[in-house]
Amino acid sequence: MKLTVNGKTEEIDQVMTVLEYIRFKGIDPRTVVVQKNGEVIKRDHWEKEVVRENDRLEILRMVGGGSF
Amino acid sequence: MSFYEVYLQFKDFDFEGFFASVDDKDIEQVLGRDDLDPLDFLTLLAPQAAKHLEAMAQKAHRLTIQHFGKVILLYTPMYLSSYCSNQCIYCSFNAGNHLPRKKLTLDEVVEEARAIAATGLRHILILTGESRRMSPVSYLADCTRVLLEYFSSVSIEVYPLETKEYETLIAAGVDGLTIYQEVYDRKTYDRLHLSGPKKDYRYRLDAPERGCRAGMREVNIGALLGLEPNWRREAFFTGMHAHYLQNKYLETEIAVSLPRLRPVREDSTSYTLLSDLDVVQNLLALRLFLPRCGITISTRERASLRDNLIGLGVTKMSAGTTTEVGGHSQGEHGHGQFEIFDRRGVPEIKAAITRKGYQPVFKNWHPLPRSAG
Amino acid sequence: MADVLVIGGRKLSSRLFIGTGKFPDKKLISAVLEKSGAEVVTVALRRIDFNAEEEEENILNHIDERYILMPNTSGARNAAEAIEIARIAREAGCGNWVKIEVISDQKYLLPDNQETIEATRVLAQEGFVVLPYVSPDLMVAKKLQDVGAAAVMPLGAPIGSNRGLRTKEMIRILIDQIDLPIIVDAGIGRPSEAAEAMEMGCAAVLVNTAIATAGDPVAMAEAFGWAVRAGRQAFLAGPGRVLEEASASSPLTGFLFEGAGSR
Repeated sequence: MKLTVNGKTEEIDQVMTVLEYIRFKGIDPRTVVVQKNGEVIKRDHWEKEVVRENDRLEILRMVGGGSF
Repeated sequence: MSFYEVYLQFKDFDFEGFFASVDDKDIEQVLGRDDLDPLDFLTLLAPQAAKHLEAMAQKAHRLTIQHFGKVILLYTPMYLSSYCSNQCIYCSFNAGNHLPRKKLTLDEVVEEARAIAATGLRHILILTGESRRMSPVSYLADCTRVLLEYFSSVSIEVYPLETKEYETLIAAGVDGLTIYQEVYDRKTYDRLHLSGPKKDYRYRLDAPERGCRAGMREVNIGALLGLEPNWRREAFFTGMHAHYLQNKYLETEIAVSLPRLRPVREDSTSYTLLSDLDVVQNLLALRLFLPRCGITISTRERASLRDNLIGLGVTKMSAGTTTEVGGHSQGEHGHGQFEIFDRRGVPEIKAAITRKGYQPVFKNWHPLPRSAG
Repeated sequence: MADVLVIGGRKLSSRLFIGTGKFPDKKLISAVLEKSGAEVVTVALRRIDFNAEEEEENILNHIDERYILMPNTSGARNAAEAIEIARIAREAGCGNWVKIEVISDQKYLLPDNQETIEATRVLAQEGFVVLPYVSPDLMVAKKLQDVGAAAVMPLGAPIGSNRGLRTKEMIRILIDQIDLPIIVDAGIGRPSEAAEAMEMGCAAVLVNTAIATAGDPVAMAEAFGWAVRAGRQAFLAGPGRVLEEASASSPLTGFLFEGAGSR
């Protein structure tokens, strides 16, 4: 199954929820924001929201930043 | 938002109490500051500040040169019509006065224009009494179109108009609006304006703002000081009005005139007459509060005082004035709106300005032809 | 009467905003915030880099809940991107404050005022408390005011330049003319410059690089906290008289007192 994640295409071989995908990538779910096909997926929907063929995911994190 | 809200905000302010609290240190502190707020301005209008006039004058002198250079713009009024439906008890054009009324035909306007243009003046202020019937907007527009053949700038000082009407006149070539509130204190205003459309305080108060909105290049306001006994309070509201307009309409040049009531003919009504010192204090306080504001002194002031005011903050003066309809080309018959004290002709005034080291300017700018549509 | 700054309905007693970028060690941030006394803290949103050797820590771990988070739309090159980032940040639980930063010039990092106005307009309508970062320009600031900005944040000098208040005269005009809090963002390199901005009448300053890159960021944060308070207090106290140069030789008002001349 083909996905675009943070602008890069990748293949995964099984159907997963957003939460499962984040764990699969080895990321602490508490630290990120997920956008799927342009919509922010609320945290409490991650368990139900399934990642499908050709989905575009953006996985973002709050970092230090002020004036740049 | 209208300036009326600013008026309401200060209407019940304890001016006397504030003035009583002002001491020399307050005044010195204000003089040391670059940007003055309204209370700083009021501090400079306090009776106590009269002691600091020289220091105020030095700073006003410096600020004026900094922002305007050593330049005095000359203009002259042209009275178009003396028909008036108002009864303002201080004015000769008062509808109740038995004054022969007159209105210039367009041909007579041309004659007046020729007579004035021959003196070299290129900025003209046209005036009428308040009569929408005798001097309607269409008449003002017609006169303006005629006058533009002779002058590079035509301003109006007429009854208050609607924004749309100002737009009409701007389209005809008018670029400046002069309208005095005369009196800011609402009660005194009501008392002095017995009848006629001018009784509508708010409508007149908002007229300068309508002019700004319509796109006037310059808007000149003022109070006729002395009508209301507390001239300092009136001077404060005038400055605040200019401040309000200047902040809100950055594209408009805001100017203030400082007329004071002069003892006129057999007028028995007792007004407050301002001394020369009061006039100077008001001028200086205004200059320090609004460094970029135009300040106009008319020929209601006598020649010697006018000459002395040149270095203190004045940017614009009338010259070769008559306050009579047709007075420039048909001679005067004692039917003017008010008395002129500086009766010098344009060449003499020009010479006096030059002697002071200033440049008299006849033509400040020339509008580009407006593109159609 | 307590001197508070109200933005977006929040009362702030500290007028120092802190940016959290460029810190050598994120663990310093909580001490920096603590010592500076700041209440508003900027953060940014970034795509996760899956190739990074070490997972980056979420900055929020170092920012106590009592601080007001102000996500920064840094990275946005136009209004649409800034709007997107702001919406994501709100969804991410950062509250409804946002600092709009739209930069398409990658050499000097100067903000794109036009795009910033557009982003401000859209986000203000969506209920965000919008603090746009702009080059100090009066007409731009007026437009920002018209479209619902909660403050205007003019730059004192280009981002990260530590060059001080180079745009002072322009900022002074904004303070005079704009009814919103004016917050200097970018350029302030030293506490003295922060104090200067506050003495002029700025409502607050945002400092990041000067603290993050200091030898001792925590001590520098404290110094900035003092400077901002000192500057503010000086502004409130009203500076004293600066003497005019020796009074001019010829008096200008003498004519008033020459008997005959006056009446």
